[in-house]
Amino acid sequence: MKKSLFHTFIIKYAEIGIKGRNRFLFEDALVDRVKNALRDMAGTFYLRKTPGRIFLEMKEDFDFDEVVERLGKVFGTVGIAPTLSLEDEGFEKLAEQVVSYWGDMYGDRMNGEKPLTFKVNARRNRKNYPKNSMEINADLGEVLLQAYPQLKVDVHKPDILLEVEIRDRIYVYSEILPGPGGMPVGTGGKAMLLLSGGIDSPVAGWMIAKRGVTLDAVYFNAPPYTSERALQKVVDLAKIVSEYAGPINLHVINFTDIQLKIYELCPHEELTIIMRRYMMRIAEKLAIDSGALGLVTGESIGQVASQTMASLVATNEVCTLPVYRPVIAFDKQDIVEISERIGTYETSILPYEDCCTIFVAKHPVTKPNVNVIRRHEHNLDEVIGPLLEAAFETDRVIRVGEDEE
Amino acid sequence: MTEIYLDNSATTMVAPQVADRMHEVMTSYYGNPSSMHSKGVEAERLIREASRTLAGILKCNEKQIIYTAGGTGADNLAILGAARAKARSGKHLITTKIEHPAVLQSMKCLEDEGFTVTCLDVDACGHISLDALSEAITPETTLVSIMHTNNEIGALQDLSAIGELIKSRNPQTLFHVDAVQGFGKTVILPKRLHIDLLSASGHKIHGPKGVGFLYVGEGVRLLPISYGGGQQGGIQNGTENVPGIVGMAMAAGLLYEHLEEDTERLYDLKVRLIRGVADLTGVHVNGLIPVGERSLPEDRCVTVRDEKLTVLGTAPHVISVSFAGVRSEVLLHTLEEDGIYVSAGSACSTHKKATSATLTAIGLNESLAESTLRFSTSVYTTPEEIDATINAIRTKLPVLQRYTRN
Repeated sequence: MKKSLFHTFIIKYAEIGIKGRNRFLFEDALVDRVKNALRDMAGTFYLRKTPGRIFLEMKEDFDFDEVVERLGKVFGTVGIAPTLSLEDEGFEKLAEQVVSYWGDMYGDRMNGEKPLTFKVNARRNRKNYPKNSMEINADLGEVLLQAYPQLKVDVHKPDILLEVEIRDRIYVYSEILPGPGGMPVGTGGKAMLLLSGGIDSPVAGWMIAKRGVTLDAVYFNAPPYTSERALQKVVDLAKIVSEYAGPINLHVINFTDIQLKIYELCPHEELTIIMRRYMMRIAEKLAIDSGALGLVTGESIGQVASQTMASLVATNEVCTLPVYRPVIAFDKQDIVEISERIGTYETSILPYEDCCTIFVAKHPVTKPNVNVIRRHEHNLDEVIGPLLEAAFETDRVIRVGEDEE
Repeated sequence: MTEIYLDNSATTMVAPQVADRMHEVMTSYYGNPSSMHSKGVEAERLIREASRTLAGILKCNEKQIIYTAGGTGADNLAILGAARAKARSGKHLITTKIEHPAVLQSMKCLEDEGFTVTCLDVDACGHISLDALSEAITPETTLVSIMHTNNEIGALQDLSAIGELIKSRNPQTLFHVDAVQGFGKTVILPKRLHIDLLSASGHKIHGPKGVGFLYVGEGVRLLPISYGGGQQGGIQNGTENVPGIVGMAMAAGLLYEHLEEDTERLYDLKVRLIRGVADLTGVHVNGLIPVGERSLPEDRCVTVRDEKLTVLGTAPHVISVSFAGVRSEVLLHTLEEDGIYVSAGSACSTHKKATSATLTAIGLNESLAESTLRFSTSVYTTPEEIDATINAIRTKLPVLQRYTRN
């Protein structure tokens, strides 16, 4: 692709096109997300909303690959089309420009053994244009065949579909780079992500954000058992997720004292389950306080002892908000693949100990009985109130994914 | 919170007067020593002065100093450069199991090139056996590399005996000493110790990072390991790091000015720290030497778990202590909360285990190795700082020992 041809991108969206009277909310959110994604790019740009499309016009020198990469992270887009934006100077001139465009784009693909096939697909939004869509299709097709006799028309499965949109200006494009799909973040409410330093939770957050959900996150810090670097790693992960999900409020809660008390007063093989129950409770409180409507975890059935179905019963029962577990039925490898694709994997595998692993028992329970767990949790009755209060006191919010740095 | 920096074997604070001098060199004497004009001549003169300082300390000729980009660079150049230059007369090399990775990885690189490497064991004090060394040396042996001061436990080798032994077994064998931890802490006279190559680093002696030097004995031939404009006799190419070199030499000069009294002071601190924690449950002190039947000054002896040990014959500034039942990382971060900075003897987490080669080599079991801290002092360390550290350990260790992973 000859990238230097383009100064305009058409951003296409699908799902949000069908949201009836709420449609403008979705479109506004998408425009907002695009703006945010491009916020610190060099050069100025214009965004324009028209029904079904967003036009992005770059005003100065810009980095094509960077724009495409950033737009590729905006949920709600299904495709990004680098587009020629032409002034209407009559059909003759348009034909000339299309021929030249074709040469630039496909000059080196027309000499293969099999002829390159194409189809013109015109759309006339401006009804006073002298030719209708059918005529534009036929006439531009003809012009191209004359200029490049080695081409063939294929109206069913063309190699190249040349789109021509007649609006106030004329837009020509033939390549659509895939967008991530989903819904624009900000249209789906807010959720609280339990973020550890592992592979699964960032992926879970990313998946929920993809449905238009704004994320907040909570990380349970356990100094001196976990290091400054472990926290930095989580901030880095949140930052990567925020490239898709927009700014994230990352709550850092000091969990050490609660963890040590559980260790001291509860059976060791139930430590992880009881610990997770308190994490859920804390996360839910933070969620409710910040207006979030659900919790998100990276749990996947059977992956570790605390994620068997029986364990999930035990950790689930302490909250009333829905707990979303988008990777629940994913194999580890599937999760790893997503994390590699979205760019969190390299950071996730850095070897800093997180709070879930420090006191883990050699043989943790895999089929906890909720009644037993509850009973043992009562061992904490006398101390847990003040400890929870103290933990909330330590809540430190790091705003991730904004230009604060 | 005041800072108590006890990680001087990792790196040191640059001495303020050294930083000032370097600033002056960077902003006023910024010429390229290879330039023909007076700015170049000026810079070249500064390097020569630095070399004179270092040569004075080592009692060698100033031309025998080659500047490198640090201790690692000096070790790499010494080992790769010397072994390759002598490859025709033999391809056998000897080193020890407790060397710094800069040495061990260079050896590994040569193994891939077809060299054979003998890696000597050490005893519980970190000393190699002279008999084993003697046995290992063959007519094919071209290079022996043994460190001066071990960076983890502070073991010192008997370099004088080692040098003599090497030359008596095979006069053609070169003797390299990695003195990154020893230079600036003891008087080292390469010629007297039969040392042919000696590496040192700027940032371990209150000088800057990114600069080190290699002493190269008379008649020792090296092949370059990097290529460029032919600086430093074509052995170490690239424009010299003039401010770094000036800073390193100045820092070395400052240390050697008061070396003897500083050494005694550092030994005092070492004894003080060990005595302060020796009676705590689960404490093991690594790298000290059993007193046995010898009669040694009491202020250089400590008693740990009913054994009388001495700090004499060990590095004055490195103190390695294992605290059974507490992972070193946890104790490290706990001390950090009080502004005390130390090193973990062995980096370890559930994701990755990297037990220290040195601690394994001296026979420490894995669990103690993972509970080992290294305290390393400097001439700036005070007795009060040591007392504060002892206090912090005494308060916090018992709490941490209650919560252990099992």
